[in-house]
Amino acid sequence: MSTRTDRRPQARRGRRYDKHETRAAFAFLSPWIFGFLVLTAGPMVVSLFLSFTDYDGLRETSNVGWRNYEQVLTDPKLRTALTNTLIFSVLAVPATMIVSLWLATMLSKVGRRSTGVFRTLYYLPEVTPKVAIGVLFLMLFNGQVGLVNAALGLIGIDGPDWSTDGPWVKPGLVLMHLWSIGGTVIIYLAALHNVPRDLYEAADLDGASAWQRFRHVTLPMISGALFFTLIVQTINALQTFDEAYTAFYGSAASASYSSDAALFYVVYLFQQAFQFLHMGYASAMAWLLFLVIMLITFFQVRLSRRFVYYEGGDR
Amino acid sequence: MAAPVVTAPEAVQAPESTAPPGRRRRGWRRLPFWLGLIAASVLFLYPFLWVVSASLKPRSQVFDNALIPKQFAWENFVNVWTVAPVLTWFFNSVLVTLAAAVAVTVSSALVAFGFAYFRFPGRNVLFGLVLATMMLPTAVTMIPVYMIWNSVGLATTQVPLWAANLFGSAFYIFLLRQFFLGLPRDIFEAARIDGASYWGLFWRIAVPLCKPAMIVTFVFELKASWSDLLKPLIYLRDTELYTMPRGLKAISDQFGQSGEQQWEVVLAGSVITTLPMVIVFFLAQRHFVYGIATQGRKG
Repeated sequence: MSTRTDRRPQARRGRRYDKHETRAAFAFLSPWIFGFLVLTAGPMVVSLFLSFTDYDGLRETSNVGWRNYEQVLTDPKLRTALTNTLIFSVLAVPATMIVSLWLATMLSKVGRRSTGVFRTLYYLPEVTPKVAIGVLFLMLFNGQVGLVNAALGLIGIDGPDWSTDGPWVKPGLVLMHLWSIGGTVIIYLAALHNVPRDLYEAADLDGASAWQRFRHVTLPMISGALFFTLIVQTINALQTFDEAYTAFYGSAASASYSSDAALFYVVYLFQQAFQFLHMGYASAMAWLLFLVIMLITFFQVRLSRRFVYYEGGDR
Repeated sequence: MAAPVVTAPEAVQAPESTAPPGRRRRGWRRLPFWLGLIAASVLFLYPFLWVVSASLKPRSQVFDNALIPKQFAWENFVNVWTVAPVLTWFFNSVLVTLAAAVAVTVSSALVAFGFAYFRFPGRNVLFGLVLATMMLPTAVTMIPVYMIWNSVGLATTQVPLWAANLFGSAFYIFLLRQFFLGLPRDIFEAARIDGASYWGLFWRIAVPLCKPAMIVTFVFELKASWSDLLKPLIYLRDTELYTMPRGLKAISDQFGQSGEQQWEVVLAGSVITTLPMVIVFFLAQRHFVYGIATQGRKG
């Protein structure tokens, strides 16, 4: 824990905080403190307040009590948006983790020099702005002329209309998402390189099979990295916006054909806030999202206590 | 709680133990891995090549899936400049992105140093608060922050796209603090005895010694800010002020699936939006990889 637990008199560090030092510290911290108060804490309070009003930025604002929250619970479009987002997250996060781990494991088996080249190739798509990925989705996953269905055609599969056929939109977006997993691959690769070799040698002596080594040495040793990506990927997936909005929303014509299959939570929230100007309702929606994220993260942390191994950890 | 500190770039580059000479004959067993990795490379790279190639094809051949265009239509890239103010958007993006990256690097380094070097009451609580803000969805503060910029008359300018970066950003504060904590404290004590001010410790010792971490922060933010779509959608009304992603969205709406189906224009726009990041990546590849590999080790 902290360095300040030693209170024995002879410990020189045991003295009280230096006033001069404290003042200097807060000078260094001042940009963040100002930003936190004005751009985070203050807005949180205002947002909570707005969620009980019908604020629209134009007309006079009045208090509407719990009405926004009642609407949150009954709005069928919101339910669609939340379901879409959860389905996407449940598909995209494990898919990302499994494919990344698979690639990272293969990378760790070939020589260091070739690893670099592959790593570069795998990370490259990740620098593509999400808006371009949304545009690419429409082209690559076009049911008639897209590259994906052309490739599937080569192996005799008649691909679906990914971008227009409701049930296929989310799987299509998940596949598109898998294009930019290079960062996760790099994280796993670094974790794999940190697994001490002697553990594998010990496992070999005990006659462990390849699967047993992976299951009982590799997985526990990289569980910290797995857990970290699980949390970050989930929080990001729940806030998916750019790709879906670019591909399916924002222009007058696009509203008609997308049939809500790509209506993600933040997309709907953005529409409510800045297109319909229902800012009070959007604020209530934002708090529900925050609640969902906190609940899911909480359960993931609880779950991780059983699976994550911290080297030298006190648990 | 105990966060292992990553101190040096070598940590990531730790050499993989190469197979002892006697085991070289096992090399062929790696063949499946090679094949798998090469297949994956094709999957990752092919869409890139497809886009670049298709952006150079005449409209009728955009979807012919030929890797090399039968006819090169270089005029696509001229057309996209004429149908939309792409040059203006591009330079808007360059300026906004640079401002955002410089601002966040300097401010996050200051704050990170404050947390790493000094001992003061409430340090752990405040740092916990920094980490906690990472979990807060942007959606919660989006509307009130818009109201703030509106009230100071800047809601339709480019200022909101980068100015919040002046106050540091949680993730970078965390990252840089890790690096500052990795510096041996003796260096600072020695400089103190030589009469260095706290500012001197930061500017003359901590910053130069943590240059790689500063560059990581800078290039990460270049990428994040260049790609940002949500803030330009919220704030920018005037087409002349659009950034490249916002502009690409406009191009896609007008010429893409829901518009005039002039895909070659959309493709050229996508290439122009993506290319600068590809260049930045190749210039700063080491730093990207280093920064990402470090993230997974917060333990």
